[in-house]
Amino acid sequence: MEMIQSLTPVYAVLVSLSAIIPIYLSRNNPNLREFWTILAAIVKFIIVLSLIPPLLKGQTVGINLFEILPGISFGFRVDSLGLIFALMASFLWILTSFYSIGYMRSLKEHNQTRYFVCFAGSLSATIGAAFAANLFTMYIFYEALTLFTYPLIAHEETDEAFRGARIYLIYLLGTSIAFLLPAIIGTYLAAGSLEFVNGGLLAATASKGLSSTFLVVLFALFILGIAKAAIMPLHSWLPNAMVAPTPVSALLHAVAVVKMGVFVVLRVVLYVFGIDLMSALGIGTFLAYFASFTILLASIIALRQDNIKARLAYSTISQLSYIVVGVSLLSLSGVKGSILHIVVHAFSKITLFFWAGAMAVGTHKKYVSQLSGIAKKMPVSMAIFTVGALSLIGLPPFSGFLSKWYLLKGSLEAGLVPIAFVFMISSFLNACYFLPIIYIAYFGKISPEDEKDSHIKEAPKMMLVPMCITATMVILIFFFPGIVTSLIDLALNGIF
Amino acid sequence: MIDFFTTHAPVLTIVVFIFGALLAPVFGRINNSLSYYCALITTALSFVLSVYLLFSVYNNAPLEYLLGGWKPPYGIEYRVDILNSFILSVVSFVSFLSVIYGYGSIKSEIYEKRHPAFYSVYLLFIGGMMGILITNDIFNMYVFLEITSLAGYALIAMGRTRYSYMASFNYLILGSVGATFFLIGIGYLYMQTGTLNLTDLAQRLQGHFDTNVVLVAIAFIVVGLMLKMAVFPLHFWLPDAYTYSPSVISAAMAGTSTKVAAYLLIRLMYTIFGIQAGFSGINFSGIIIVIASITILAGSIIAISQTDLKKMLAFSSIGQIGYILIGTAMVNKYAFAGGLLHILNHAMMKTALFMVAGGFFYKFTSTKINDLKGMGRQMPFASAMFLILSLSMVGIPLTVGFISKWYIILGAAQSGYWIVVPVILLSSLLTAIYFGRVVHNLFFKDSEASNTGILHAKIPYSMVSSTAVLVFLCIFFGVFAYMPVEISLKAAENIIGAMPWK
Repeated sequence: MEMIQSLTPVYAVLVSLSAIIPIYLSRNNPNLREFWTILAAIVKFIIVLSLIPPLLKGQTVGINLFEILPGISFGFRVDSLGLIFALMASFLWILTSFYSIGYMRSLKEHNQTRYFVCFAGSLSATIGAAFAANLFTMYIFYEALTLFTYPLIAHEETDEAFRGARIYLIYLLGTSIAFLLPAIIGTYLAAGSLEFVNGGLLAATASKGLSSTFLVVLFALFILGIAKAAIMPLHSWLPNAMVAPTPVSALLHAVAVVKMGVFVVLRVVLYVFGIDLMSALGIGTFLAYFASFTILLASIIALRQDNIKARLAYSTISQLSYIVVGVSLLSLSGVKGSILHIVVHAFSKITLFFWAGAMAVGTHKKYVSQLSGIAKKMPVSMAIFTVGALSLIGLPPFSGFLSKWYLLKGSLEAGLVPIAFVFMISSFLNACYFLPIIYIAYFGKISPEDEKDSHIKEAPKMMLVPMCITATMVILIFFFPGIVTSLIDLALNGIF
Repeated sequence: MIDFFTTHAPVLTIVVFIFGALLAPVFGRINNSLSYYCALITTALSFVLSVYLLFSVYNNAPLEYLLGGWKPPYGIEYRVDILNSFILSVVSFVSFLSVIYGYGSIKSEIYEKRHPAFYSVYLLFIGGMMGILITNDIFNMYVFLEITSLAGYALIAMGRTRYSYMASFNYLILGSVGATFFLIGIGYLYMQTGTLNLTDLAQRLQGHFDTNVVLVAIAFIVVGLMLKMAVFPLHFWLPDAYTYSPSVISAAMAGTSTKVAAYLLIRLMYTIFGIQAGFSGINFSGIIIVIASITILAGSIIAISQTDLKKMLAFSSIGQIGYILIGTAMVNKYAFAGGLLHILNHAMMKTALFMVAGGFFYKFTSTKINDLKGMGRQMPFASAMFLILSLSMVGIPLTVGFISKWYIILGAAQSGYWIVVPVILLSSLLTAIYFGRVVHNLFFKDSEASNTGILHAKIPYSMVSSTAVLVFLCIFFGVFAYMPVEISLKAAENIIGAMPWK
C-alpha cells in the first residue's frame, strides 16, 4: 500500500494539546476559554475528516517521527480502524464540549479551567492512540490518557472522589505496568519490532519456532494489561470512576477511555497476533467464553443498581465485552459487528449519560427510584433516553440492532452456538434493566413534592441540543449504515 | 597550549580540583563571592575535560597516562576508557550544575563566613570521586575514596539542623568501616600478588582465585563497597545523610557518590575478578543479582512509608542503586548498557528531584510531605518539574527512566534471568505509589494555614534554571536516546569483551 509522509495525524493530536495553553491563559474569562475548547474541537474534527479521502483512494497517511531505540519508533499511521475511532471521538468531543459548558455552569462547578485543560489533553491522547503506528506509541498514549483523566475523576475533591480516582489509577496504571509493558517487551523479543502489521506481527515470525505456550502467555498478559476494556475481574475501576462529573463519564467512560481499551484489544488481536495465529492457538474461542462471562455477570449486577450512573457503568462493562467477544470470534461478521458496536455503543451510551447529566442538572436526582413520573416534566429528555436504551437493547429501528445482528451472525459463522445464546440472554437482561426506567418515568405516579417543585424542568439548551444530535445519530446509523460500514469493510480488506 | 591540555587531560581533570580547593579559601579572603566563581570555573573545566576524554576514547583506543612517567607496576597509572570517562562526565556535569544551583540555596543555608571553606571541601569531595574513576591503581582508589568520604562527612555536617551532626557522625563511623574493609581487601590482594596496578593484578591473579587469601580479599572488598553504596541492609547511613545535609549537597551526593562506589565494584568485578565463573563455584553474578533485587524492593517499600520528602527520595535512591547493580551484574551487553545508562539517568533524575525538594525547603523551610499540600498553586513551575521527574522515575516512555529500564529488562530476557523482570516492574509500581502520594499532595490538596511561614518570596533563577536544565535533559535523552545508548553499548562491549577469563 502506498504510504504518504504527512504530518496531518500529528496535527490532529497536537490541536487539542496546544489548545491547553490558550485555555489556561484565558482562565479568568470563561467565555473566551470555552471558545478555545470549541475551536480546538472543531479544528480537530476537520483535520480528522481530511484524512478520509486519501484512505478511500487506498493510500496510507503516516509518519515516523523519531526512532527511540532500534526497532522502537514513535510514529503515526492512519488506517481505517483508527480513523473510525478518531472520527467518533473527535465528533463527540464537539458535542460534549457544548454539553460540558451547560453542565458545569448550571451546577456552578469549581475549577473549570483544570477541567477543560484535562479534557483537551485526554482527547489528544485518544487521537494519538487511534493513529499510533506501533505498540510503543500506543502504549504512551494509553498511559497519557490515564494520567490526563485522573484530575477529571478527582474533580469533586471529596474523599469519595479521591477514592474513586485512586482506584482508577491503581487499576489502570498498575495493570499497564505490570502486564501490558511485559507483553510489549515479549512481543519485541519475539518479533524484533512493534509495528502493527496486517495479518499479524507475530504471525509473520511464528515460523521461527516460538513455543505456543509463550504466545498464549503473551496474549494473556495483553488481555490482563488492557484493563481499560474492563473485562472482569479487572472492571471495578469503572463503577468507581463514576464519581466524575457526568460529561466526563459520558465522553471518557462511554467513548474515549473504555473504547481505547477495546480498540487496543482489536489492535492486538488483528494486527499483533493476527486471525490465523489466534485460531491456530485456539485462544480466540477461549477469550470469547471468558468475556461472555463478563457480559452476563455485568448485566445481572446492573439489574440491582439503583444509582443511575452505576447502572449505566455496569451496562457499559457488559457492552464492552460484546466488542471483545465479537473480535475473538475471528469470523468476518463477528469482527465487523465488533467494530460497528464500538460506534453504535458510543453513540447510544453517550446519549444515556447525557440524559443522566440532564437529570442531575434538572432534578438533582441520582437514583432510578426517584424518577417516578418524571416524563411529565422532562418529556424531551425521556424521549432521548428511550432512543438510547432501545438501541442498546437491540431493537430496530435503532442502530444497536445492526451490530447485534452482525455479532449473532458472526457467532454462528464461527460455529459457537453458546455465544449466540449469550447475546440473546444479554439482550433480555438489557431490556430488564432499561425498560423499568422507561416504565416508571412514563407511567409512574409523580410525587406531590416533585409536582409542585418548579425547579424541576428540562436541562438548558446547551445540554439538550447535543443530546438530540446523538440520539438522531443513533437512528441515522440504522438507516444509513454505509457511513460506518464502508470504512469497516476497508479495514477488514487486508485481514480477511 | 591546547597541546598541553590534550596530552595531560587525564591528570588535569583531578589537578584542577586540588588547585580549586586550595584557591577557594584564598580568594574567599579577598571577597566571599570569589570562592563561588572559583568552584564554578573548576567544575566547568573538569566537565569540559571529561567530555573531551569521553570523545577521544570513544573514537580511539583507551588512554593510559603515567604519573611522573613511572612505568605501571611501580608508578601510578591513570587509565581512561569509555566506561569511566562516561561516569566522569556525569559526575562533573552534576557537580557543575549543583554549584550553579548553590548560588541561591547556599546563601540561605550556610553561614556567610563558612562559604569559602564550604566550596573548598566541596571541590575536594568531587575531586576525590573523579580520582576514583580515573585511576588504574587500587591503592590510589582507596586514597581517593578516603578523600571524598572525609570531605563528605564535613559537607553533611554543614547542614543547619541539629541532626546534621548525628547524620554526619553516623556516616563517619559506617563509612570508615566500609573504607577499612576495602583497605583490608587491598592488603590481602597485595599479599598474594605484590602489585597494586589493576591491569597487573588481573594478570597475576589468574589461577589464584581458589586461594583463601583472594577469597577473603574479595569478601572484604565487596562488603566494604556495598556499605559505601548503601546496598540494603547496609544502608543505614544514607537516608539521614541525604535528609539533613544542605540542599546542594543532597543533590550532588544523590547524583554522584553512591554511583562512584558502584563503579568501583563494577570495575573490580569485571577487570580483576571474573564475575561469572572466576573461582571455586561461587556464582558471583547470582549473589549480586539477589542482593540487588532485595535492595530495589526494600528501598521502594520503605520509601512508601516516609513522611519527609528528602527521606523518601533517599530511600528511593537506595532502590535505584539496585538497578545499576542488577544491570551490570548480569554479564550481558544490553543489561550492562542499561545499568550504565541508569547511572546517567538516575543522576539526572535524582539530582533534579533533590533540587526541587531544595526549592520547597528554600521557600517554606520544610520538606515534610504533608506541608507540601497545594504547592501546585503556589509553585506551579517547580511542581510541574516534580511531576515530570516522577513520571521519569516510574519509567513512562519518552523519559529517560524508560530507556534504562528497557535495556535492563531486555538484557535480563536475553541472559535468562527472568526473575529480574517482575522485580523491576514491581518496583516501578511501588515508585508510582510513593511519587503519586507526593504529586497528589502537590496538586489536589488545598494548602493549610500552617505553612504560611514563607522564608523567601521568590526562588532565585540560579536554582530554577539548573533544575530546568536537568528536567529538559530527562526528556531530551528519553526521546533522542541514541547518543548515551551508543556510548554505553560500546562501553559494555569493551568491558565484557575484556574480561580476564575469556
